[in-house]
Amino acid sequence: MAGKPKLHYFNGRGRMESIRWLLAAAGVEFEEQFITCPEDWDKLRNDGRLMFGQVPMVEIDGMELVQTRAILNYIASKHNLYGKDLKERALIDMYIEGMADLNEMIIMFPMHPPGEKDAKLALIKEKTTNRYFPAFEKVLKSHGQDYLVGNRLSRADIHLVELIYHVEELDPSLTANFPLLKALKTRISNLPNVKKFLQPGSQRKPPVTAEAIEQARKVFKF
Amino acid sequence: MAAKPKLHYFRGRGRMESVRWLLAAAGVEFEEEFLETREQYEKLQKDGRLLFGQVPLVEIDGMELTQTRAILSYLAAKYNLYGKDLKERVRIDMYTDGTLDLMMMVAVGAFKPPAEKEETIASAVKSAKTRYFPVFEKILKDHGEDFLVGNKFSWADIQLLEAILLVEELDASVLSDFPLLKAFKTRISNIPTIKKFLQPGSQRKPPPDSHYVAVVREILQF
Repeated sequence: MAGKPKLHYFNGRGRMESIRWLLAAAGVEFEEQFITCPEDWDKLRNDGRLMFGQVPMVEIDGMELVQTRAILNYIASKHNLYGKDLKERALIDMYIEGMADLNEMIIMFPMHPPGEKDAKLALIKEKTTNRYFPAFEKVLKSHGQDYLVGNRLSRADIHLVELIYHVEELDPSLTANFPLLKALKTRISNLPNVKKFLQPGSQRKPPVTAEAIEQARKVFKF
Repeated sequence: MAAKPKLHYFRGRGRMESVRWLLAAAGVEFEEEFLETREQYEKLQKDGRLLFGQVPLVEIDGMELTQTRAILSYLAAKYNLYGKDLKERVRIDMYTDGTLDLMMMVAVGAFKPPAEKEETIASAVKSAKTRYFPVFEKILKDHGEDFLVGNKFSWADIQLLEAILLVEELDASVLSDFPLLKAFKTRISNIPTIKKFLQPGSQRKPPPDSHYVAVVREILQF
């Protein structure tokens, strides 16, 4: 009997949030087991359930998957969100790898010491404005279609809209000069599964707070 | 008429080396255009050939692919090195993501100041010995087969060999506790296409030296 996928991670966005978005957009119900103390993490590791000693880990289809990309690739393929052929997949991969690079900066942002934060934020804004958003705006402009690849919803659209939301949390003005990205965000946000996920009470996680990082530092001693 | 794939990168390993390994292992001849000046790099950018303004860039099958993982996944799928189904593919993804993480630890070391460089190298070797190599030793032990996944040569085997050789350059004794990895290394190295790639005169690149670092710093301006 196929159970629901079960996500093992901290009770926060981090590297698991893209997985939550993708499952939600695909209409897949999932469970979560949160790591709240060092013992939780030790147990997962000692039980040999984390291939490289790291989370995210997702129990799905009888497997215990680790490595964010491997997990996302699997879910996207399984739920037909990965393009119709190899060439569409290559385009999707190219786009989402760029998104992952920007997302990495955003994920790591709360972890930097206060003195470094301003510089890191400036870098995120600069890359968003000059490197990443222009690239995706150009893709949408070049074909004039509703979705990034193949005139059909794919994981690229989901990941990009997630990224847009997170970028706007840092600075709402960053999307000002990207009308097609704004339109994509509206369109994707109105898809029933995504709309539901965007509502309060969903499994979507709130932005990380400085207090939460402090708490995590104490608990996990880093 | 299908042209050979063409690789655009610096004359060194960096993020392109895994692509060279994969093409070579698949028996695919490829051309290389080396970035030697800032002007060449700026031209690629101005001509709109770099989606996010970055290399590696691979011209293949009418596409200009950037983002290392997008390139590697495309090649692996095209040359039947990506498993027979989704479950094999996710295992290959998990293993290659892990080895890529390890290889990146080594690659960034070349660009650090001397004291930090030693620390980075030591840390990478330690990760190899305690986090990554034990995992692959166990995988080989558990199924007793010649290859990591599906009893068939795949991208995962190529990348693990690349990672093993990379770490051995830093610490020749790194495989001393891993007899199955030693046997694996010999076996995979003897595959004809790989054996050829390992010989002098192939397109395999040497470890980064101070000249390489200087050229990259100058071109990327950091």
